[in-house]
Amino acid sequence: MEPGGPLMANFLQQVVSGLATGGIYGSLALALVLIYRATRVINFAQGEMGMFATFIALWLIESGWPYWGAFFATLAIAFVGGVVVERVVIRPVERAPAVTVVIITIGLLIGLNGAAFWIWGGETRAFPSAFSTRAIHVGGVAFSIQDLGVIGVSLAAVGLLYVFFRFTKLGLGLRAAALNPEASRLVGVRVGWMLALGWGFASVLGALSGMMVAPLVFLDPNMMRAVLLYALAAAILGGLDSPIGAVVGGLVLGVGLNLISTYVDFIGDQLKLPVAFAVILAVLLVKPTGLFGRTTVRRV
Amino acid sequence: MTRRRAITLGAQAGAFLVAVALLTVLPHWLGDFRASQVAYVGIYFIAIMGLNILTGYTGQISLGHGAFMAIGGYTTAIMVGHHNVRDLWTIPLAGLVAGGAGLLFGVPALRLSGLYLALATFAIAVALPAVLKKFDHFTGGTQGIQLFGRPGFTGKGYENVHVLGQTLTFNNWLYYLTWTVAAVLFLIAWLVLGGRMGRTFRAIRDSEIAATSSGVNLPLYKTLAFGLSAFYAGVAGSLFALATTFVNPDTFPIILSLYLLIGAVISGLGSLWGIAAGALFIQYVPDLASKYVSKAPGAPSVAYAVILIIVVLLLPFGLTGLIRKSARPLTDRLFRGHNQ
Repeated sequence: MEPGGPLMANFLQQVVSGLATGGIYGSLALALVLIYRATRVINFAQGEMGMFATFIALWLIESGWPYWGAFFATLAIAFVGGVVVERVVIRPVERAPAVTVVIITIGLLIGLNGAAFWIWGGETRAFPSAFSTRAIHVGGVAFSIQDLGVIGVSLAAVGLLYVFFRFTKLGLGLRAAALNPEASRLVGVRVGWMLALGWGFASVLGALSGMMVAPLVFLDPNMMRAVLLYALAAAILGGLDSPIGAVVGGLVLGVGLNLISTYVDFIGDQLKLPVAFAVILAVLLVKPTGLFGRTTVRRV
Repeated sequence: MTRRRAITLGAQAGAFLVAVALLTVLPHWLGDFRASQVAYVGIYFIAIMGLNILTGYTGQISLGHGAFMAIGGYTTAIMVGHHNVRDLWTIPLAGLVAGGAGLLFGVPALRLSGLYLALATFAIAVALPAVLKKFDHFTGGTQGIQLFGRPGFTGKGYENVHVLGQTLTFNNWLYYLTWTVAAVLFLIAWLVLGGRMGRTFRAIRDSEIAATSSGVNLPLYKTLAFGLSAFYAGVAGSLFALATTFVNPDTFPIILSLYLLIGAVISGLGSLWGIAAGALFIQYVPDLASKYVSKAPGAPSVAYAVILIIVVLLLPFGLTGLIRKSARPLTDRLFRGHNQ
């Protein structure tokens, strides 16, 4: 007899698979937060950028690359892609109102989605996973190795980013440029390029979440639509300003939604999204800048 | 009244009258099918006007105006489809119901600003289709509600319509209906936004703190802008339901909300005089992209996106931004001529 009985085992399994999807939401949410901090804009194309990168990864794998080779090559391509997008279409509207920039990212969303349909077609494709789908048993609870692997990769990525931002000079420059562009420019930080690098890192995180989610839901041009919505929810929940908030928000959302749709019959899969957003609206009303967001005090 | 203001007002009144005259005679040259397309342009025109009141004049970004259109559309559909109410009466009612929803949403929205508000409205638009599907007793679920052939539905969707001694095809009827409503709502918006209320809205947009310190009741006016804006969207949604003769949760998809904001930005935020451009963009650019570029799956979207991005890069302040920029030297000259 396992500890706590089958109910407890099922509960733990749901928590772990919730953490895995939560890690995926969290990575994309972190990408959104990085761009929000750098350019004060929500990048609605973040999910589609990840989807496009995942198609490139599949193309590399199908032309004979080993999985991890294709994985890191895709991250590099995604980085360059993110930088190029910032330089070509975002920089010209830097001084325009936020709505204008939002419209540009919506244009990117529509365009990248169409391009994927055009190049690779609309049918769903299987995407290989780096991890086996077997389960390991710990004290009577079966954990899928894939779930654990996804959690590991998400945490590693977040950890690496933290180290980069916290302990390198370039990371310091990126943070400075986001926090106070004028002052940074005065002390010699090349703010324009820092913003472009921020887009590059965000694009890498998007690609990462795309490649992690693809084995679970199959790859097609609309794969990231739902993931983007949950990532937005996670980012709001944690506070658009806060990288830690994004990750925590993603994990909380992943686990919470998994438990709700398993145990509350009325909600099931159908009302998952509305419930997610209702919770977030409620959080916003109590704490308008999210759980970890800073309340800004403006000078008049 | 300064001479400059008189010139502007005269030009605006002239433009309005020319537009009304053009729209009245236009169906003579349009075929039946084109008339229905231009009717949709009228519907987008109304919805963008509403969004502009909120986003352009008051500075509150909404990414969820499709949801208010859906509320208006469903109000009309339920009354005409389930309760046999005459369709014309449901149009103002749909506006009022959506406007009420807007007021209700406007109160909690007071706590949110900028992109947080944009995302909250986006959340509403995202969640609404699933909610409509779940409560199928009122909304018909995924099946939706059929208006075609219902007794309260003018012309039942296929018969000719007799109005003011004229006989119109159903599509021409839709055309005149939407554009008449659009013209009336335009006049109302022009009067409201040109006066004290419009000035208050713009003060809030430019600086909430300065507006408050000048005695503006911030919560009142921000909520009011939400309600008024949602009223317009509800009327547009009602007309949309009449034009499609059918509603289901996919009639008002998320992309509609995004298209409306695209239309508002291309029109130019904070002005009523470019809105036709945004409405035409929503209706025609996707069609043009598939007609003249390529019909391969996905290719029209790529063309649409490229056109959209180029237009926004060239006109970051929309059509009215361009008009203002090109008109300024001229009006400045006229103004100075008067002073000397």
